[in-house]
Amino acid sequence: MRPSATTRRTAAAASAALALALGATACGGSTGSASGKELSGKTVTVAGVWTGSEQDNFRKVLDAFTEKTGAKTVFVPTGDSLSTFVGSKIEGGNAPDVVMVPQVGVLKQFAEEGWLTPLSDKTAKAADASLAPVWKNYGTVDGTYYGLYFKAAHKSTVWYSPEAFDRAGVRAPGTYADLLKAGRTLADSGLPAFSVAGQDGWTLTDWFENIYLSQAGPEKYDRLAAHTLPWTDESVVKALTTLGELFKDKRLVAGGADGALNTDFPGSVEQVFGPKPRAGMVYEGDFVGGIAKDQFGKKLGEDATFFPFPSVDGGHAPVVSGGDAAVVLKDGKQQDAAMRLLEFLSTPEAAEVWAGAGGFLSPNKDVDLAAYGDDTTRDTAESLVRAGDSVRFDMSDQAPAAFGGTKGAGEWKILQDFLRDPSDAKATAKALEDAAAKAYGNGS
Amino acid sequence: MAVTSSAPAAAVTPRRRAQRRRRAAAALFVLPALLLLGALVVYPVLFSIGRSLFDAGGERFVGVANYTAMFRDPATLTAIRNSTIWVVVAPVLLTGVGLVLAVLTEKVRWATAFKLVLFLPMAVSFLAAGIVFRLAYEEEPDRGVLNAVAVGVHDVFTEQSPYPEARAREGHGLTAGSDGSYRTDAAADTGGSVSLGFVGLTPDAVPAGARPAQDAAARTAAADEVRGVVYLDFTPGGAGTPGAVDPEENGLPGMAVEAVRDGEVVASATTADDGSFAFTGLQAGSYTVQLPEKNFAPPYQGVSWLGPALVTPAIIGAYLWIWTGFAMVLIGAGLSALPRDALEAARMDGANEWQIFRKITVPLLAPVLTVVFVTLVINVMKVFDLVYIIAPGPVQEEASVLATRMWLVSFGGGNDQGLGSALSVLLLLLVVPAMIFNIRRFRGSRK
Repeated sequence: MRPSATTRRTAAAASAALALALGATACGGSTGSASGKELSGKTVTVAGVWTGSEQDNFRKVLDAFTEKTGAKTVFVPTGDSLSTFVGSKIEGGNAPDVVMVPQVGVLKQFAEEGWLTPLSDKTAKAADASLAPVWKNYGTVDGTYYGLYFKAAHKSTVWYSPEAFDRAGVRAPGTYADLLKAGRTLADSGLPAFSVAGQDGWTLTDWFENIYLSQAGPEKYDRLAAHTLPWTDESVVKALTTLGELFKDKRLVAGGADGALNTDFPGSVEQVFGPKPRAGMVYEGDFVGGIAKDQFGKKLGEDATFFPFPSVDGGHAPVVSGGDAAVVLKDGKQQDAAMRLLEFLSTPEAAEVWAGAGGFLSPNKDVDLAAYGDDTTRDTAESLVRAGDSVRFDMSDQAPAAFGGTKGAGEWKILQDFLRDPSDAKATAKALEDAAAKAYGNGS
Repeated sequence: MAVTSSAPAAAVTPRRRAQRRRRAAAALFVLPALLLLGALVVYPVLFSIGRSLFDAGGERFVGVANYTAMFRDPATLTAIRNSTIWVVVAPVLLTGVGLVLAVLTEKVRWATAFKLVLFLPMAVSFLAAGIVFRLAYEEEPDRGVLNAVAVGVHDVFTEQSPYPEARAREGHGLTAGSDGSYRTDAAADTGGSVSLGFVGLTPDAVPAGARPAQDAAARTAAADEVRGVVYLDFTPGGAGTPGAVDPEENGLPGMAVEAVRDGEVVASATTADDGSFAFTGLQAGSYTVQLPEKNFAPPYQGVSWLGPALVTPAIIGAYLWIWTGFAMVLIGAGLSALPRDALEAARMDGANEWQIFRKITVPLLAPVLTVVFVTLVINVMKVFDLVYIIAPGPVQEEASVLATRMWLVSFGGGNDQGLGSALSVLLLLLVVPAMIFNIRRFRGSRK
């Protein structure tokens, strides 16, 4: 969910200000006909970071809820710093009923502050039936189920230009070794294989996470994410070496390391799907498709498509993910109606409303794939659901911001240095461990 | 003071009373300022000093541990080094350039217009200026205006190589030299021919006139010849055989080829449209075929302004752009207040302009120059926005100064306000000498 975060940020700030200025009534866009239904007369307030088309589409979901139950809904945009916003609302005695939480770390923080109401049995049962256990685990803190994952991101998709693949005569590879081979053939045909957005450190952490998840397996991935496994572990060095094989090959990285370090994320999509293609593939999440479609007029499935991130060294193909979870605040005034909204969000019906509008993936396996707007999105959704329990959340999102989320510091900076000079995986692992020990404060 | 004149004995009490009243009035007037100063300056300073002795969470007293950590952390040392560079270089350059411009603008006709233009950047916010310079310094010549100029100028003087992206198909008879040239592994005998396959070129990187190379590759060489083709060893769609000249594969025209014997170039040729070349009239024997480096030299990409090495000078450049006007206007004001007679006298005595500048203008201007210099030193210490905006993510650390480091450590992800406070105390200590100097000078000027 990162790329939209930047646009989201500015828009969210503006709309948050607007919302404050106009008062809550102004954004209560969804006042359906509410007479004679069980929840008529009640108003549920939902807070989230979404702006723009994401917010509009989520409102459609809320409208469907109103239609069904008669409860009015109000969506309040929180701006970039969701936790600060929610905290101040609680202090002020004006807490929203439901919050859509975009990061697993924030969910945990809310639960530890004691702000959350455990979800109802009905929601928990629905989640058991329709979500892979891993989604429920990421919504559980200390054994209590608080967060229902409603919207997901798929961060294991390699996007490519089918035209470039045809010209080089290569096909979507299934293993990392084949990926490198296909990349070299692509380079022979005159187009460097990958556009790497080295200027944005988070894309590099995603590269590493995919390789690590597939090569070392989910169990070690979890331990590394919790920092109970040190970064100096042999498996990290091995994954870095594997990644370095790609980074150090000038044929595989458009513009070499220097070129990559001067490319930001939107730029990397442009290098593949823009008017002057300079690379054949770009790795990032499902949102790449949206940019290729909206900014460069590509038709998904024809001019721009993806293959799942290949498996590394015989492991399972990785599925790195993330998502937005719905939680109910203890201080909200409409506990019942809020719980009903979550029960509604756990149904395939709710997800299908947004799926039809686009820009959305649901972790719910009962969602009819036909509800998605195009084949490419459908494929991403299918791959996400099929991955079931092997889905893992973005590791850098789970880490403290100082390590996993700061421009020019921590993991971002160290992996950028590694991209510049991938020769010493061991030293890089050591640097990562030093930074992690400092940020987690446990030194493991 | 009117009270002090008459009858001494009787005047003691009223005088004292008056004095007390005056003191009270003074205290009353000073109080608001003192309160503000205390709340906004003294208290935060003391609090920061106290906070710097505690750990990240603010609960555990750690003594000077934050200060020792600060001087052991390589990133902070880089910030200290950069801040030093800033403080040494920027004010000196600015004062120097401002002085020269001020003296020169005195002598031009459109002085006011000129000064206005130079002063305009002061009206631009640092943020906007930062974004503009970030674009100007962009490495890609298509986007960064500075590199567009650098590449444009460079390309006027040097010829571009025809195939910068091409590289030989590996394992099919060609080996790369350390200088970027290629030569055949096996020597070619007279009467023989070679096929030299290259890859890595997009179809539009091959000149439009190129023709298929297969016929030329099949031609046999005469007894005193070495022939061959240089071709693009990649069939669109990937159907071709690596190392073989397939029907759809074009020759690469305009490639320079040399025949080498005993380390000396004995013949050279340029490939035709079908990629063919021939060395005729050779002495019988074996030759190595070589494709010199000039075929493949990568195009000049300009200067890496925002690379780790140049990023600080580049940002100082942007800072100069903004502040030159300020320095110039202040010095210009000082200049117009100079006693004209001194200059006139010097001219009468036959001093030339350079001598006047050095011996009279600069010494007389010294107080103004000092003001400008010290103001800029204090200003440079707190530079933040330009560095934060212009330096791209990967070199953010290489470009960091104390102020950015302090912010990053305390709020920008580090969340260690103990260490951040220690950095701010260091910054304070570094600004103090300049402050003391300024205060002394104010006192001096009052006398």
